Amino acid sequence: MKSIVLYLHMHQPYRVKHYSIFSVGHDHDYWIDKDWYTGANNERVFKKVAEKSYRPMLERLEKLIKTTDKFKLSLSMTGVFLEQAEEWAPDVIESIQRLVETGRVEIVAETYNHSLSFFVDRDEFEEEVKLHQKKIRELFNYETKVFRNTELAYNNDLAHWANDYGFKGIIAEGWDKILENRTPNKVYRPDGCDRIKLLMKNYRLSDDIAFRFSNKNWSEWPLTVDKYLRWLDAAGARGPIINLFMDFETFGENVWKDTGIFDFFDDLVRRWNDRDDCGFMTVSEACDSSDGAGTVSMPWTVTWADTERDLSAWLGNSMQHEALKAIYDLKDDVLASKDEELIMDWRRLLTSDHLYYMCTKHLNDGGVHHYFSPYDSPFDAFLYFMNAVRDVRGRAEEYKNPKDKNSKEAKQIAE
Amino acid sequence: MLGWELPPHNSGGLGVACLHLSKSLAKLGADIDFVVPYEAEHHFDYMNVLSAGHFDPEQIYRGSAYISAGIEKKRFKEGASEEMLSMRDIQKNYCEFVERYLMEFKPDLVHAHDWLTYEAGILAKKNFGIPLVAHVHATEFDRGGLDGGNPLIHQIEYEGLVWADKIIAVSQATKNIIVEKYGIPPEKIDVAYNGFDLPNVDDYHYDGSSYQYLEGLKKKGYTVVSTVGRFTLQKGLFHLMRAAARAIQIHPKMIFLFAGDGEQKDQLMRMSADLGISQNVIFTGFIRGKQLRDIYSISDIFVMSSVSEPFGLTALEAAHHGNALVITKQSGVGEVLQSIVRYDFWDEDKLAGALVNIAESPALTHTLQDGIRHEYTRISWDDVAAKCIQVYDEVSKHKRNRF
Repeated sequence: MKSIVLYLHMHQPYRVKHYSIFSVGHDHDYWIDKDWYTGANNERVFKKVAEKSYRPMLERLEKLIKTTDKFKLSLSMTGVFLEQAEEWAPDVIESIQRLVETGRVEIVAETYNHSLSFFVDRDEFEEEVKLHQKKIRELFNYETKVFRNTELAYNNDLAHWANDYGFKGIIAEGWDKILENRTPNKVYRPDGCDRIKLLMKNYRLSDDIAFRFSNKNWSEWPLTVDKYLRWLDAAGARGPIINLFMDFETFGENVWKDTGIFDFFDDLVRRWNDRDDCGFMTVSEACDSSDGAGTVSMPWTVTWADTERDLSAWLGNSMQHEALKAIYDLKDDVLASKDEELIMDWRRLLTSDHLYYMCTKHLNDGGVHHYFSPYDSPFDAFLYFMNAVRDVRGRAEEYKNPKDKNSKEAKQIAE
Repeated sequence: MLGWELPPHNSGGLGVACLHLSKSLAKLGADIDFVVPYEAEHHFDYMNVLSAGHFDPEQIYRGSAYISAGIEKKRFKEGASEEMLSMRDIQKNYCEFVERYLMEFKPDLVHAHDWLTYEAGILAKKNFGIPLVAHVHATEFDRGGLDGGNPLIHQIEYEGLVWADKIIAVSQATKNIIVEKYGIPPEKIDVAYNGFDLPNVDDYHYDGSSYQYLEGLKKKGYTVVSTVGRFTLQKGLFHLMRAAARAIQIHPKMIFLFAGDGEQKDQLMRMSADLGISQNVIFTGFIRGKQLRDIYSISDIFVMSSVSEPFGLTALEAAHHGNALVITKQSGVGEVLQSIVRYDFWDEDKLAGALVNIAESPALTHTLQDGIRHEYTRISWDDVAAKCIQVYDEVSKHKRNRF
């Protein structure tokens, strides 16, 4: 029996609008861009992606579950995604609720804000995991059992944390340097952990769909279901589970409908479903299917991003480090304020996408860089973010020194 | 090659560009006669410089290459003669020289730089059948603001662009102006960005002597912001001054250096006083050579605030001296650089915000500075020359097909 373990991730950040330094001190709204057509208009982006990807793909998933006997999958949704969906596309939440009710969809745990808190502040990290679990409970009446960290950023410490926290499984990139000559198509155990299992993404087969499907310069283009099934069979010969992990937005947003991605997926699932020796598993079922084929150790952090598979797209330059420090430095003051709105705004600024937009990798190679961003440049991303950080700092300081009329921000308010 | 100035007898970027381009073209095997309107000793082993008239170079470069108004005013003297001549007279003299030259020599083509030499270029094309390449470093729309300018210059510019077999524009922004304002078909225009060759490091050392007052302020934590250029409408300096006032409001430890001279100087000085920031603004007057380089060395941030800037070589000079660059989206040089902050010339808030953030963030400053270092060195004059040769080949082929 060979099983596909399909896991799709849903996320949209709250992008900081073109927030001027002269808004600091009086405009505390960083998220609603009055200009509908900027790339930083969260409502417009969300509604667009809902139309192109969330709705049509969720509809197909629901239909596949109803019309096949074996198909199942795992999903995860960040808290900031769910908030936006509740506000701008509540039908998307309802679709996911219907899917979860079928019992053939597992929800995966992660940080509420899609943050890198694990690497900065362990208490804040755990708090965000709890907030996410709470949100999932509220909306879907579901208890998560398997954890993924932001951008699949994984190392031994994280595995130990997840083990002690009580998760039964954790997800990571199946990067060759870690697996050496072993296959990602088996269940492993993180080194030194007593109960938790490790599922490693089959990045070749996952990226064939997520990144290469629409690439006409790819030697295997066009990718047909026949061809892909042959590859799955070859993978299945090395181990019983095939971990296909990718962004949900692959379907319809990153890869457009006119490439045939939806029909490809549909056909693939049906044909796999119709074979006797083939099936599907959720991530929990995969974890339960084996005691583990061995242990895996990752002393350094590995992610699913870029050819480097590290955090350099988020923490590759000094701007990113400075921005990260600036926002986490405010934690104590912000939390002490007990101002829920302030805390929410602060947490939204922890979302790792803000740092990603400041990435300067390949910026001066002379080539076109591939880092999608709602801003004109990484420098603009930094300017708007830091302006928002200034305002959050001012708000937090007001709680600390309510009578301080000499602070920079207070002076600006007075003007 | 028809030009108007060459260093050291130049008032700005046009002369610098012509010199570097000719040098690189010669390396690729071009045999160049370069015509200038004045009389001076130029010693270049890679080309011949021909003087079209007996004018003192200084009186020409002091007020010619970049002016739009007063071109018919009698203010130049030729040689020892007492008669006063206008810019138009000098151009007429230039044309007559080119005509005499063409009666003796038959160049493969004529490469004319900006409107000042286009009439001579047209003459070569019309009367002698020599292919014409018009190189646009700036248009009258840049010099006079997008809707103004001198109608006579517009006329000359238009005719030159129409008669040219091929046009070379220094940026996409300039190409757009040529297409939109003069109705020239885009396929006739190639973009060749100006190059930047590293100056010989031996001939310049920053010793901090020129601006000791500023060095003192920097030690006290001040950030020095500079801009270099002529104080004209094109440069958008009023916006910069207002943004300076806004930035100082938030981050008082900032000094703004306005290096240059021009018709707006008095107004700018008054404005800095009215805004209450005259303590933070320094006017250097017209400077060149070491004093100018020292400006780049002492400043931390270089702003190009132009409303319309065909290219903007000064930005690359500033980058070479380690400045973080803040450049309007309307400046051509921004098209070839990535590690810069861009803003619309009217967006004083964004400019002020960028200045404050750079002043307060060492990380942003270093990322901009380090990034730009990898970028400006990639733009070489040899590449520009190679592009020109390509255009020359096209033009010559065109000619063969026709005759």
